[in-house]
Amino acid sequence: MDNVVLHVADVQKSFAGLHALADIDLSVKEGETHAIIGPNGAGKSTLLNVCIGRLRPDSGHVVFDGENLIGKKPHEINQLGVVRVFQTPEIFPELTLLENVMIPVLAKRDGAFKLRWFRRFAGEKDVRIKAEDVLEELGLGSLIGGEAGSLSRGDKRRLELAMGLAQEPRLLLLDEPTAGMARHDTNATIDLLKKIKAKGMTKVIIEHDMHVVFSLADRISVLAGGRIICQGTPEEVKADPRVKEAYLGEEQV
Amino acid sequence: MNRISAVSDWILLVVFAAVILTMPVWLAPFGADYPDLMQKFAIYGLFAIGFNILFGLTGYLSFGHAAFLGVGSYTAVWSMKLLTMNVLPAAFLSVFVAGAFAFVIGFISLRRSGIYFSILTLAFAQMSYNLAYSVLTPITNGETGLQLSLSDPRVVDAMAGISTGRSLPSTNLFGVKMSGLPGFYFCAVVLIIGFFISLRIFRSPFGTMLKGIKSNQTRMAYTGLNTRPYLIWAFVISGMYAGLAGALMAATDPLAGAERMQWTASGEVVLMTILGGAGTLIGPMLGASLIKYFENIFSAFNDQTLNQIFDFVPDSIRGYVVELVSLFVGDGWHLTLGLLFMITVIFLPGGIMEGFRRIGGLFSRKKSNTPSSGAVSDQP
Repeated sequence: MDNVVLHVADVQKSFAGLHALADIDLSVKEGETHAIIGPNGAGKSTLLNVCIGRLRPDSGHVVFDGENLIGKKPHEINQLGVVRVFQTPEIFPELTLLENVMIPVLAKRDGAFKLRWFRRFAGEKDVRIKAEDVLEELGLGSLIGGEAGSLSRGDKRRLELAMGLAQEPRLLLLDEPTAGMARHDTNATIDLLKKIKAKGMTKVIIEHDMHVVFSLADRISVLAGGRIICQGTPEEVKADPRVKEAYLGEEQV
Repeated sequence: MNRISAVSDWILLVVFAAVILTMPVWLAPFGADYPDLMQKFAIYGLFAIGFNILFGLTGYLSFGHAAFLGVGSYTAVWSMKLLTMNVLPAAFLSVFVAGAFAFVIGFISLRRSGIYFSILTLAFAQMSYNLAYSVLTPITNGETGLQLSLSDPRVVDAMAGISTGRSLPSTNLFGVKMSGLPGFYFCAVVLIIGFFISLRIFRSPFGTMLKGIKSNQTRMAYTGLNTRPYLIWAFVISGMYAGLAGALMAATDPLAGAERMQWTASGEVVLMTILGGAGTLIGPMLGASLIKYFENIFSAFNDQTLNQIFDFVPDSIRGYVVELVSLFVGDGWHLTLGLLFMITVIFLPGGIMEGFRRIGGLFSRKKSNTPSSGAVSDQP
């Protein structure tokens, strides 16, 4: 279990002179759930954006399973098995839920591009079954034929999670998976993420909700002012005085 | 569920084919059953169906598709000048050349999206138009337009021993002359094949990816899909349709002029697609037919025909009525088209097809909530 899957080393990123990320060092081990916490503006989302190719860091390395991710296009990074679930739901609003999930499954099966213009999309049985299973698992089974854009915000987030999970990623990056969800939805999501954890999927979670973090994470990195100020198991992090300081006035740890 | 929607697609295709092939019968009451006009319905329908694969599915609005139409026409006429008067080689060559041309323009234009993409395609089309008029005169014959002449080699025909005599040869399909009604049926068959291919693309994984690009292009990239080749293929395929439409124009009337590439021609196919319903299967065909019908029928009305139509109106006011209505017909048919277009876009942004859907919705709502037919959207 000690294989490092994702290795972030010396990553720096500044926006107009502001250090969003400074000397970030982070290793995520295979099968673990690694939470990144920190106050607003600490650079958590920037870090995720660097990992999936949305932002290019000023310097440093991001290595996933021996492959350097920096300079790779977003679709190439996804094809390596690094999948991100966004904070604001990024879905295909005009398409049905089933289509929303079938597209990622197809992308995984057929690669970044395939000109299949004569087959029927609806006739891709294996893809369809896979998508239906994931939707069912996430409690969206009854809405399968509905338009994704008409879902509630919580359901949209769940749909996006389904899109990510359907690809069976090797590394799943979750950006505040429970933000904007009602309490019982949050608990359902935690249960679901625990279930995935049992399957051994490696995850990086950015989260505000400490309840979620402490019930899921194997290890935690605390980010503040663009730096990692503390890294360790939940117990170690809880006990660290620097963390309390960073969160003072923000939230009770 | 899946089997049913596959069957309904075949039914749609059969109905479409039947409606197109019986045009000479049911268009008679509308005074539109003459071959020239029906050929135009088929040719512009094909043009719009192809344009819709790009615009309707991906949302990328090209303002330069007339360039491919023009390239198709020139290629077809050259094929008739150099090779044979048979229209099949001309059609194949046009599709190929227009596709290659579309690849070059698409490769560059698709580096941008939205309005910048539209402007780039417009610029390329205008460039092609002006080149056709000036430096490319050896190929396009400039203002006169490219025409057949008696001195053309027509090597294939010559080898086959088909002599043209003293008069210009006519286009043919293995001996059947491609003017009049046979010409229409040839265009109609090509249109039906084009519709079938469009139907397959709409329902295919490829088509669904294109819909995904329209819906949320960034998401596609983070889903592991390289959107660029998808867009380039959609652009090339729609360019091929335009080239084929251009070839059919040359097949029914063997000449090609630069005005076919002008921006007004590019704009026309945009109007057709939006009027009928972008992103729907039969909307573009409807829009194309409607616009061509207006252009040919309404523009032919003059005061005399209007006087005949309003014969029932008392003499005292007939003059005023005719004067008012004549604003909208004859040379003023563009006014009618403009009003129709405005009304459609304001009240039915999804075009005529949305109108049909709404009417259909009124009826189906009465039948209580029947579950939707399939989870994968299959609207016609």
